[in-house]
Amino acid sequence: MSQKQYWTGLDELGTPVSHQEVAENEFKEDLPFDLSGTLLGASTPRRDFLKFLGFSTLAATVVSSCEMPVRKAIPYAIKPEDIVPGVANYYASTFYDNGDYCAVIVKTRDGRPIKIEGNEMSSITRGGTSARVQASVLNLYDKARLRFPGSPEGSGKTLSCKESTHEAIDRVVKEGIASKPGYLLTGSIISPTKKEVIAQFLAKYPNVKHVVYDAISYSGMLQANEACYGKKTLPTYHFDKAQTIVSLGADFLGTWLSPVEFAKSYSKGRKISAKNPKLNRHYQVESNQTTTGASADHRVTCRPSEMGLVATALYNEVTGGAKVALPSAKLTEMVAKAAADLKKGNGMVVCGANDVAIQTVVNAINNSIGANGTTINWATTSNYRQGIDSEMAALTDAMASGQVGSIFIHGVNPVYDYCDSKKFTDALAKVPVSVCFNERMDETAQKCKFLLPDHNYLESWGDAEPKAGYISLMQPGISPLFKTRSLADTLLTWAGATTNYADMWKNYWTTKFGGQANFETALQNGVVEPAGDMPIGGAAFAGNVGDAIAKIQAKKPVTGDEILVYQKVAIGHGGAWSNNPWLLEMPDPITKATWDNYACVSPKKAKSLNAELNGRNEVDSKKAVITIKGANGYAVNLPIVVVPGMHNNVIAVAVGFGRAESVGRAAASDSATGLGGRNAYPFTSYNGVNVESFAAATVTATAEKFDIAITQTHLNYEARPIVHEYTLEEFAKDPQVLMKERNVEIGEFSGLPWMEEGKEDKNAPAYDAEKEENYRKNGTLYPNYQYTGIKWGLSIDLHSCTGCGACVIGCQAENNISVVGKEHVLKNHEMHWMRIDRYFSGMPDDPDTIQTIFQPMLCQHCDNAPCENVCPVSATNHSSEGINQMAYNRCIGTKYCANNCPYKVRHFNWMDWNGADCFADNQFEDYRRDDMNDDLTRMVLNPDVTVRSRGVMEKCTFCVQRLQEAKLTAKKIGRPLKDGEARTACQTACPSDAITFGNVNDMESSIHKLRREEQAERTFYVLEHIHTLPNVNYLARIRNTEEIVANNEAKNGLLADHI
Amino acid sequence: MCFKFQYCVVVLPPLLLYKGKLIFKFILVPESIMQLFRICSRSALAVIFALLLLNTSAIAAPDGKALFQSNCASCHNPLKDATGPALQNIDKTFPSKEWGYAWIHNSAALIAAGDKTAVDIFNKFNKTAMTAFPQLKNDEIDAILKYVDDYKAPPTAVAAAPGGNDGGQSEGGSGMVYTIITLSLLVLAVILWRANQTLGRSANEKEGIPNAKEIPLYRNKVVIAMVAILAFIMAGYWLVNGAINEGRQQNYQPLQPIYYSHKVHAGINQINCLYCHAGAEKSKQAMIPSTNVCMNCHKQINEYTGDKDHALVTAEGKTINGTDQIKMLYQYAGWDPVAKKYKLDKNGNIDAKPIQWVKIHNLPDHVYFNHSQHVKVGQVQCQRCHGQIQEMDEVYQFAPLSMGWCINCHRQTKVQFDNQYYSIFQKYHEEIKAGKRDGVTVEEIGGTECQKCHY
Repeated sequence: MSQKQYWTGLDELGTPVSHQEVAENEFKEDLPFDLSGTLLGASTPRRDFLKFLGFSTLAATVVSSCEMPVRKAIPYAIKPEDIVPGVANYYASTFYDNGDYCAVIVKTRDGRPIKIEGNEMSSITRGGTSARVQASVLNLYDKARLRFPGSPEGSGKTLSCKESTHEAIDRVVKEGIASKPGYLLTGSIISPTKKEVIAQFLAKYPNVKHVVYDAISYSGMLQANEACYGKKTLPTYHFDKAQTIVSLGADFLGTWLSPVEFAKSYSKGRKISAKNPKLNRHYQVESNQTTTGASADHRVTCRPSEMGLVATALYNEVTGGAKVALPSAKLTEMVAKAAADLKKGNGMVVCGANDVAIQTVVNAINNSIGANGTTINWATTSNYRQGIDSEMAALTDAMASGQVGSIFIHGVNPVYDYCDSKKFTDALAKVPVSVCFNERMDETAQKCKFLLPDHNYLESWGDAEPKAGYISLMQPGISPLFKTRSLADTLLTWAGATTNYADMWKNYWTTKFGGQANFETALQNGVVEPAGDMPIGGAAFAGNVGDAIAKIQAKKPVTGDEILVYQKVAIGHGGAWSNNPWLLEMPDPITKATWDNYACVSPKKAKSLNAELNGRNEVDSKKAVITIKGANGYAVNLPIVVVPGMHNNVIAVAVGFGRAESVGRAAASDSATGLGGRNAYPFTSYNGVNVESFAAATVTATAEKFDIAITQTHLNYEARPIVHEYTLEEFAKDPQVLMKERNVEIGEFSGLPWMEEGKEDKNAPAYDAEKEENYRKNGTLYPNYQYTGIKWGLSIDLHSCTGCGACVIGCQAENNISVVGKEHVLKNHEMHWMRIDRYFSGMPDDPDTIQTIFQPMLCQHCDNAPCENVCPVSATNHSSEGINQMAYNRCIGTKYCANNCPYKVRHFNWMDWNGADCFADNQFEDYRRDDMNDDLTRMVLNPDVTVRSRGVMEKCTFCVQRLQEAKLTAKKIGRPLKDGEARTACQTACPSDAITFGNVNDMESSIHKLRREEQAERTFYVLEHIHTLPNVNYLARIRNTEEIVANNEAKNGLLADHI
Repeated sequence: MCFKFQYCVVVLPPLLLYKGKLIFKFILVPESIMQLFRICSRSALAVIFALLLLNTSAIAAPDGKALFQSNCASCHNPLKDATGPALQNIDKTFPSKEWGYAWIHNSAALIAAGDKTAVDIFNKFNKTAMTAFPQLKNDEIDAILKYVDDYKAPPTAVAAAPGGNDGGQSEGGSGMVYTIITLSLLVLAVILWRANQTLGRSANEKEGIPNAKEIPLYRNKVVIAMVAILAFIMAGYWLVNGAINEGRQQNYQPLQPIYYSHKVHAGINQINCLYCHAGAEKSKQAMIPSTNVCMNCHKQINEYTGDKDHALVTAEGKTINGTDQIKMLYQYAGWDPVAKKYKLDKNGNIDAKPIQWVKIHNLPDHVYFNHSQHVKVGQVQCQRCHGQIQEMDEVYQFAPLSMGWCINCHRQTKVQFDNQYYSIFQKYHEEIKAGKRDGVTVEEIGGTECQKCHY
């Protein structure tokens, strides 16, 4: 097989030898004992060995001869009717957090929510989830949540909430509220009943105004839509209907607007098979490397300040206007191509810039290519974001001038994330009555006089209307854990209403749905949607394009370096969830970095900053620290992470870091050590119309170094071919292209040399199912085991995978996977059973050539598993269902299996992460992740899965607990298992339907059909030639572009040539 | 004290390893010592052979203890009258050996036939018929009777402390016989050896051949080596056996907060197990009923009137007043027996407290066990694992709950193969049709694989 050039990092590309040396080393840290060449010369002599032996035997004896403790079996005093201990209940509900929406199913065990699944009945999110949705269950059990109403007391480390009562605070508020104008400041609210409650409240207190504020603002879009279409709202984007998608800086698969919805429809529109080798085309213009850019067919970079220029150029190209000079030839070329494609119809342009002028131009393009009514839907509008920047600016001004008598802040944290947070903070101090409803003592809560914490969404009744007419209900999975009160109840109390919110909510929907029965059905389904397909409609365009273009051209792009503030896919919206250890430890899809904040720079920029780009750069965790100074004078020191695909003049910094101590242990930023990162929001600015997320910046190198825990280079394949990628043209011309490659690789081994089949193979053109079977049989000396009953198989479509990481967190939540903390990620000790490998190809110094591909990697459950053969105690062995089993209680921790695993998917418990050891004080502690072991947080653990203790190996089990449960259910009913009943956690989490799982022995199953019929031409197994016979297959990626960069034969010193 | 003394032996092995060197030195020693070794080994061989012979015969004979526990223990105690009479020396009261077999095989038939002894016993024990055991062979019955006759009361009460395990003690009888035989054989071997030595020496003296200097036993390297090896093996045996039994608590019978008699409920009153343990068919947990389930019946039943038929007695022999126990239930359930209504707390909820039962059946944390899989799908009777629970006043752990015990059952038990779920196993269905097999065991469908229970 030709060796395509994919690389995980620059060092692999540049100096393979030193990289190899590091990668080969099993232990990253220095070992505490001597590894000398001869046994006799070892500095650990025989006597020491005997001492250790004697001690450990004695210690084991002491421990094991302890008496069994007396355990109690305590039943319910009065058992709730709907709970059967040991059996999970599922409740349809709604995830909603300041604009991020997802229809979900909450799994509760014995009355506590432990897992979130997507709700497939919703036509919006269609069962998809994101990493944040998966991790939201951990927020419920966050130790840093406020537990009672009160007011902040003390400061710094002694800051706490002084307990008060709801009644006492209600009294103060009611007295203060009428005196002067007041403000209710919330995030975007999409709940119809909450809006009703707010209306009641505002009616009672006419001097109170409601202002909506979004930390990451979409005000530019809302304003442009109002000007162009007369609708201050957002349309619905139908990515599945688009033939051409042009995204100008919109990371719609990662962070923009509604990623779960978009990932679902995007992947639906991009399904490809050999029978129907057609594919839409996705152009991406962006400044930093995003997951959306990785999925794009064509990707070109520009500065964030040039985005308006690109939009103008595209507009002129589409409408036949004058050519606009663009900064790079690649951009010009791409704009021309994109415009040509857009004119073919069914096009769509989306733009991530928060700028009225640019959004007006984008609207004009969409109007002129006829997107409105075909791919962009104005008949069903979206309510995700409602904040207008000028209103927030006006509020801040009003507060600063002392006109405001009261402010009520719910769900937003402007002291941390507002562009002019200093002004806001100072102004807030002037407000006599300030109440914060936030769930924790965040930066804003600290500055408010009263705290009335709201429930978590898993404790609340509620509803959402993400799109006009599409209703989604929210029901609690648990009673409120603490003395909290919902915003709606608080406002109703203040408004003097006699009903509580739960009753009002129920009456509202019972009336709306027409009766109790309908209401109950709606509650059970979780969603109520209009019948039939979503109605699609256009809108009349009335925007002033000329004015917008003039405004764009009046603003000159930045010439020097530029800083871009972006959101992390994991922590997401506004970075409010930075105290979630699961999300902090989830490797970023692009940088693969965990835990801390850093500055993303291109390789070329890094070199100019004197950051060493030698072979050890990426495997060495010590990163050069630079000082970034924004145009407004705000400066921070941050370590750099080299990201191929970054624009050479752009430095990207993520928000969600640099948090206050009281936000939580995991989030807290330490100013001395730099742990916890730095706040990037102050780099943003308000330009009088909109908040801009980029600014001119000066960057200077420092002599400092800082550790960044990056996972991608931890587990290395040593340049073996593992991903397959083709251009659409290649694939359409010859769908058998992959099968031919597989045939070259292993075809001749499918028969024995003296057998007929073997000889025929030489001439046969392509690999097929029969050859695969023969290869299985003949490629080994072992007998070929017949799998009679069920045989599990999993398929991952590399073409659909967007690298979002929902599967990683879904797996973590389902399987009690430990969080190890930064210190141990640095030592390669991360425990994720499912990881997403990211590979680059292209020329590192030219960001426009970079292509990125993701490959989720998990235990391949090899039928001829290398790990099974080397286990001295048979702790890992094969089941009759094709599962590579791992018996923790038999494992003695030799780690032979991990060393022998060619996929590097086995993870060893180096420490007692969860207090599962029998030694009580053996538990690993590192402060930032310690809350995971709090009794409250441990309620999130799945009781069906063992919590592993120190010294054992672990890895993906194919969610065996789910498979066993599905089988048991079928057995109890007395019928065979149906396809789709046994589903893995990663499969259910995936928003882009990339994962298929099932029984391959069932000819009707989707996995069997996928491998043998529908996608037979794209199916391959990783490292198939070593005859591991994996039960996990991958589907090759198809890119609708002219060239797969990685198609070049490997060139030594590629890096040296280009950097 | 947390230690078990026997494990202190563990410090010996490293020491012995060191001494092990001696064995190798010894191989090069003069001929006379070699001769000595040969004699030694010959006599040792003889001893081992004799032991082996005795042991094999012991294995072949029916295990009276096991038979007693699985068949008789739910109603009979060897030493005292329970549901049935005390069994020790009961065979001496039988009119004849054959009468005994007949009674055990089917007592009801004897009573119906009007056998005088049979009718007397029947009347004496409240006309409770003894379960028939037609499957027991005569030699098995003999084994049971021998076991109960030799049975001695354990030194402490049956209600062992947590972790207590009285297994093995009752084997003292036969064990003693072996010990005596072994010891006497050993003594014999030593005497013979000494005699041989002395005779040899005097013969040598007579013939004028010089005798090698006699080394005292405690300095004899052969003896030291042999003792060391023996000690090593025994320490290993103790250690391994002890370690294997760690955490197992067969026969564990703790004192519960309420003297709840399964015998009164499930035995005498014939309440279905699933009435209270409703989870057994639905969930992994059989479920201990909450107090409101108890109150379904006990709102009416407020006293225990069965003392005449079945007096409640603890394992220690203390008499229990059943009515007091029901009153304790009322305390937990928040029931006011005088007003005949529930007591309510300030929120208007029933003021009930959960009963903190002591958990008897403890599986290790890393084992996944699902009741519904066994009860509903496998159609396994509760008694198979829990013993004759309907005969227990105070529940004790009947089965060892060890992995070996689980696996054994999985190897022997046939699954309900007519369940349509198993229709995917075509091969087995064809074999059954062809008459090649009469069923499929749990093991054959993967029931002994690690990840069926450990995940």
